[in-house]
Amino acid sequence: MTDMIAATDSDQREVLVFTLGGEEYAVDILKVQEIRGYSNVTRIANVPDFIKGVTNLRGAIVPIVDLRLKFALGEADYTEQTVVIVLNIGERVVGVVVDSVSDVIGLSAEQIKPAPEFGGQMDTAYLEGLASIDDRMLILIDAEAMMTSREMALVESLDAETA
Amino acid sequence: MDVTDFYDTFFEEASELLEDMERLLIELDTAAPDREALDAIFRAAHSIKGGAGTFGFEALQNTTHRMENLLDLARNGELVLDRATVDILLEAGDVLKGQVESYREGESPDAEAADRICRVLQQIAEGDKVPGPAARASATDEAGGQTSHAAAVGTGARRVTVRISGLEDGEAEALAGELALFGEVSNRSEESGTLRLDLATEADDDDIVAVLCFIIDVDQIAIEPVAAAGKSAAGAQRLRVTVSGVDDTTRPAVLADLELMGEISARQIDGDTLAVELASDQPIEDIAAVLGFQIDLDRVTIEPADAKTATAPEAKSATADTTPAAASAPAEPQSVPPAKAASESSGGAGERRREAAHSESTSVRVPTDKIDHIINLVGELVITQSMLDRAVGEIDHEHDEALSEGMSQLARNARDLQEAVMSVRMVPMDFAFNRFPRLVRDLSSKLGKEINLETRGGATELDKGLIERIMDPMTHLVRNSLDHGIEDVATRTAAGKPAAGQLTLSARHEGGNIVIEISDDGAGLSRERILAKAKSSGLAVSDDMPDEDVWQLIFAPGFSTAAQVSDISGRGVGMDVVKRNIAQLGGHVDLRSKQGAGTTVRVILPLTLAIMDGMAVRAGQEIFILPLGAILESMRVEQSAARTVTAGSQVIEVRGEYLPLVELHRVFDVADAETDLARGIVVVVTSESRRFALFVDELIGQQQVVVKNLETHFRKVAGVSAATILGDGSVALILDATALARMTAAPRKPRKTTAPLTPSETEESVAND
Repeated sequence: MTDMIAATDSDQREVLVFTLGGEEYAVDILKVQEIRGYSNVTRIANVPDFIKGVTNLRGAIVPIVDLRLKFALGEADYTEQTVVIVLNIGERVVGVVVDSVSDVIGLSAEQIKPAPEFGGQMDTAYLEGLASIDDRMLILIDAEAMMTSREMALVESLDAETA
Repeated sequence: MDVTDFYDTFFEEASELLEDMERLLIELDTAAPDREALDAIFRAAHSIKGGAGTFGFEALQNTTHRMENLLDLARNGELVLDRATVDILLEAGDVLKGQVESYREGESPDAEAADRICRVLQQIAEGDKVPGPAARASATDEAGGQTSHAAAVGTGARRVTVRISGLEDGEAEALAGELALFGEVSNRSEESGTLRLDLATEADDDDIVAVLCFIIDVDQIAIEPVAAAGKSAAGAQRLRVTVSGVDDTTRPAVLADLELMGEISARQIDGDTLAVELASDQPIEDIAAVLGFQIDLDRVTIEPADAKTATAPEAKSATADTTPAAASAPAEPQSVPPAKAASESSGGAGERRREAAHSESTSVRVPTDKIDHIINLVGELVITQSMLDRAVGEIDHEHDEALSEGMSQLARNARDLQEAVMSVRMVPMDFAFNRFPRLVRDLSSKLGKEINLETRGGATELDKGLIERIMDPMTHLVRNSLDHGIEDVATRTAAGKPAAGQLTLSARHEGGNIVIEISDDGAGLSRERILAKAKSSGLAVSDDMPDEDVWQLIFAPGFSTAAQVSDISGRGVGMDVVKRNIAQLGGHVDLRSKQGAGTTVRVILPLTLAIMDGMAVRAGQEIFILPLGAILESMRVEQSAARTVTAGSQVIEVRGEYLPLVELHRVFDVADAETDLARGIVVVVTSESRRFALFVDELIGQQQVVVKNLETHFRKVAGVSAATILGDGSVALILDATALARMTAAPRKPRKTTAPLTPSETEESVAND
């Protein structure tokens, strides 16, 4: 019995499930710093429209990204109820606007299947895979790969710095 | 208590001592070495040795020991410190630094380097005559005049008397506690700031001193074998010591030295002559050697007391057969109890050192990240205070005086606190200047030039973070001056200049800025050479350019006029990097030069990176902060004042001068902003001696803002240097005047970007601006 728990513990990971449009996505719970409302975002000029701007997170200036705009899913409206997942990636913090946050669930390794090649808005490079639980399908996002990717324009890429 | 608890303190102290040592060595005038400086250098080596011994850092102990031997010979005049020897000592200092670093990292130090330097030090020491008795005496006298030769043997328990003077309340208890760790304490007595106790211990005197040093100054400690006191009463010889040319400042020190050699039974002062009756078991030559630290030996006579009483007419009551007890009794007018004499000595010659020790004991070492954390918290507090202030302003508090009173007090206190916390980060420019004597010394001998380095305004305070980041550019500028600026001796003499070149580093406050100047009296920049070089590299130049514009050319990437590339400077990577680094710190560089007379580079920097005075400006519903220092004036103009030069690029006339017009709302693509010049306001902004007119909707007001880095979690944004948090908790961008000025030269972007820019495009536009 104890052996079984140990085995599942090492394989199992917890993910935070959120929705964008009609789909359910998930990120590793360890990358999630907090969940807060959308408020007081200062717009930044000349950046892609999915970067909503920056906000004050207890003294730190943190960018806010709207994944609904990035993936062209759902309605991009902003109310007091709009949810921002604050992710902690390496040394950096970024806020991600989503439609809603549903729950935290545990996934075991065999539940996660590799993602097929997609066309369109999402680069498979930052998809960790697809997970099916009962009749739900979760799209597992590699938060680190996505937020540091060039197309997110959140960090300066090395060649740009030397220009 | 674990001894490793002291490691960090020791490493810090050792590093400081090594820095002091290096400074003193460089300042040392080899032609006429200053006795005090030599002593200080010796003390530094000795203190490190003591600590290293206590903590078992053998390599460090061995190296400092060799160094100490050499220094000891030097300060006894048995070895002449020439420049070569000083170079060796400096090198030894570098080896020691490496060793301290290694021990700090928990690694074993470079044994090869240590062996080599030890051999060299040994050779120099042996090259001179074998240390005489004087040298031995002085070695044992060090660390507060311990006269114990037993220390050298140091095996098995021995009994010593430890006397510590000049103590403050409470220190005695702590010291006695420390001493108890070394062995068994007995006969403890305390009197007017002097602690005296007997200690049975196996520890070396050096080790005891090394540990006590963490609490008090070395000069306050005296350790003697218990036996010596007994002997001096019984079998000691009675001596009469006469010293001439002693004034009020040296007398206490002389008396203190004598005090350590035996018991003073009587003393006479007649003008500048001091005569002392001394009961001592020390050989006469050792006493002389000890006095030799303070005064010339030819002013000292030491003779058996009984024989020469007649030649000392002042000596009336103090005769040879006066017992020590009677002589030191209060009834004897000229005699002083030993404890008093000792404390006098600490108030006299040792005064300066004591003050230094005092300032040390009232300061605390704090890691900078802790300070930064406090600064952040205080910044948050100030923001919270503004938020409260705003909220309170909205409610009717006419009837609540206590509330408004409290709010204004909170505002004051928060500002004061912020100012006080910021001042913690400020350090004197000396932190930067102190690194240059060594560099100048090394480079000038490498280049075969003679250079006098002068620093001014070292007390000028600057943010520590800035000092660290200004070091590289400054080092570069100093290297440039030495390599290209100052000529070699032959050229200088031929030009009728003094053989030694002058390099001056200065710092001063000017408004909210600090101005750092690196100035030499060298050859100056060659206008012809710069222009020729600029032409050959395809830069747009003309022969009748004003000097200032010519000098600016050397800041162009890859520009070097050095006739030959040396390993010191002149590879053409440099001035552009210097300029860029300084611009990143929010400062700028300018340069004045006169051919044949020298070059002065002026670096102008803000005092701190963390806080700045800004003007809040509005465009549409968005607030931006414009650095106050960049604003020249603001005015209302009519729409007709703007002239279109080319499509999308306009100028306006301000007092007969045409300034490029930058519309804030266009740069930052703000919706609903004022577009009619007459209904907004124009601010004349200056940056890097370039001026432009910035059109905004409204000036909101001046305020101090806490500068927050945008790049910590995000990225660089074109036209923006940083961000800050406003009173309502929202983020405002701080405008980068320099970047905006560059935008005036770049083609204007269309009003609405239909497709979002990819990052590479955005970057490109930044780079090209």
